[in-house]
Amino acid sequence: MKSVSRSPFLITMLAFGFAFLYLPILLLILYSFNESRLVTVWGGFSVKWYAELFQDAQILGAAKISLTVAAITATLATALGTLAGLVLVRFGRFRGRTLFSGMITAPLVMPEVVTGLSILLLFVALEQLIGWPAGRGVTTITIAHVTFTMAYVAIIVQSRLTQLDGSMEEAAMDLGARPAKAFLLVTLPIIAPALVSGWLLAFTLSLDDLVIASFAAGPDSTTLPMVVFSSVRLGVSPKINALATLLVLGATIIIIGAAWFMHRQDRDRDRAVARAMAEQKDRE
Amino acid sequence: MSESSLPAAHQQRSLQQKRIVPPNPEPVIVIDGVTKRFGDFTAVDDVSLTIDRGELFSLLGGSGCGKTTLLRMLAGFETPTKGRILIDGQDMTDVPPYARPVNMMFQSYALFPHMTVEQNIAFGLKQDGMARDAIRARVAEMLDMVELSALGPRKPHQLSGGQRQRVALARALAKRPKVLLLDEPLGALDKKLRERTQLELVNLQCQLGITFVVVTHDQEEAMTMSDRVAIMNQGRILQVDSPHAMYEFPGTRFVAEFFGSINAFEGTIAEDGLTHAVISCPDLDAPVYVNHSVPGYEGSTVWAALRPEKITLSKQPPADPARNVARGVVEDIVYLGGDSTYLVRLESGRRIRVALQNLTRAAEPEVTWDDAVWVSWRPENVVVLTS
Ligand SMILES: Nc1ncnc2c1ncn2[C@@H]1O[C@H](COP(=O)(O)OP(=O)(O)OP(=O)(O)O)[C@@H](O)[C@H]1O
Ligand SMILES: [Mg+2]
Repeated sequence: MKSVSRSPFLITMLAFGFAFLYLPILLLILYSFNESRLVTVWGGFSVKWYAELFQDAQILGAAKISLTVAAITATLATALGTLAGLVLVRFGRFRGRTLFSGMITAPLVMPEVVTGLSILLLFVALEQLIGWPAGRGVTTITIAHVTFTMAYVAIIVQSRLTQLDGSMEEAAMDLGARPAKAFLLVTLPIIAPALVSGWLLAFTLSLDDLVIASFAAGPDSTTLPMVVFSSVRLGVSPKINALATLLVLGATIIIIGAAWFMHRQDRDRDRAVARAMAEQKDRE
Repeated sequence: MSESSLPAAHQQRSLQQKRIVPPNPEPVIVIDGVTKRFGDFTAVDDVSLTIDRGELFSLLGGSGCGKTTLLRMLAGFETPTKGRILIDGQDMTDVPPYARPVNMMFQSYALFPHMTVEQNIAFGLKQDGMARDAIRARVAEMLDMVELSALGPRKPHQLSGGQRQRVALARALAKRPKVLLLDEPLGALDKKLRERTQLELVNLQCQLGITFVVVTHDQEEAMTMSDRVAIMNQGRILQVDSPHAMYEFPGTRFVAEFFGSINAFEGTIAEDGLTHAVISCPDLDAPVYVNHSVPGYEGSTVWAALRPEKITLSKQPPADPARNVARGVVEDIVYLGGDSTYLVRLESGRRIRVALQNLTRAAEPEVTWDDAVWVSWRPENVVVLTS
């Protein structure tokens, strides 16, 4: 096993793979500290683009809109997707189950342009019929994002629930918990990691989305990807590099924070066990 | 709950004798004509049964015979298609699982993985709205009972299989249910641990006086632990009896074969008296003489059945070679330590199992492979079965 995994060929491949993944990001971070305006010429170290970034009202506004939309989307999609996943696993075989599951997963494979266009048509038709949503903005983007991210959450929750031992919830009921309480106290905490990853995935998908947002957005609701995309067309500003660097930093902090939190929980538990064992020894 | 040098089975038997059986057995569970169908398939078929208070009752049967389904109907996770169940005199038809005075220990243990051992045990008490101090005291008591006091803060995945089994037991007993349902409680343990845990379970049941209903497919387990055993096959109950009665007086060949091993010879009643009977079996050289009356009439087909340990084996012809004997050749010997099973091929071609105790340490057993031998048995040891 060892000799195979340490072969020079594989190490080279690994290095190449990582370089392919991370070199562009490293370059981007490096050039965000570039004094020069030109993206390809190194003109010395500077943080001036960061200063400029924080004075750019358009980018800051778009970032706020994007983060708001992503947070609301992720929360709604997690709630609705969990319900859908639950129905798929728990309700057994009901009439139209295949259709239901097909309709839930369809947005995963639907071209974004189609999704975006159809949602735009829906909004326009609705506005004419009932006057809501009046115009397009944060609300419409959020609704559009919920419809397509919900499918991902449903799939994640469904696969987690299928693995779950059904007798767990039965045991809770056997011990006196009503069905709703058994779900809240036992099933929900067990599938919580799936909900967290579903939430994070929906958040990222929403933050990342350009196509569907472009269809659903109004004149005063430009999201971050839309700003970046349109500004890049006019020539890359190192400001965008600075923005990207901050996003990478944010993601890294979240990942490290989560890992640290989990590690600390494990350590605390191990300590508690060790303490209890020591106490037991003392008593004997 | 300490280990001892005595073999587990021996201790249990003495435990069984010590158990105080209430003078007037009072039913705590009444199962009244219960049938359960899944679609066209009948998993439990018209079962009627009463289980007495303080009893250790086993449901024994092969895989898929409906044991778990019956237990789940007692716990309330399945509703009977027909019939009704009374627990403690109360009709359970409309009572949901969370309101029944029974608790269940699941085959997979079903411990809550995100809770510590203590939280697992406290779960049911919390649902009852017990005061905090009382919960803490009860949890400590339960942990002490299953000897896991040191492991309270651990999560289930940090425990061994045997420890998990005890946590599941403690959790199910914490609420002091009227009846504890156990679905293959020892199925996931290795043999040594299983024997020890059988003893612990019996011990605990004696102390607490709670009715235990144990599902098992292990005949030995049912024999060593239970006050009474019900044998199930294809959704039906074939016989309910104490282990002793079940072994010595089985009602059918299926029960006899399932509960221990047996040699059954088909034959016809040649002579039917009040105090004796003679059965002629084509597979045996001599007629079978029985010194008790038998079911059936002259000429009807019966089976003469013999437990392997109630047969003797010798190289010399027995005292009365005219009845209850057969000649054969030793075909195989299975050495089991305390005793050996001899497989003797009779002249008719039928094989008969004979179990002999290994009383001496002789290097060479007296009877060995390919020896011509006589097998014989006493007239009172023949079980006569009609089906
Ligand atoms: N929900 C269900 N739907 C359909 N059939 C079922 C269901 N539950 C059980 N069965 C069937 O009922 C029969 C009895 O099942 P049960 O689980 O009671 O068996 P068992 O005696 O506990 O067997 P084992 O010793 O293998 O656990 C089986 O043939 C099983 O396939
Ligand atoms: Mg079962």
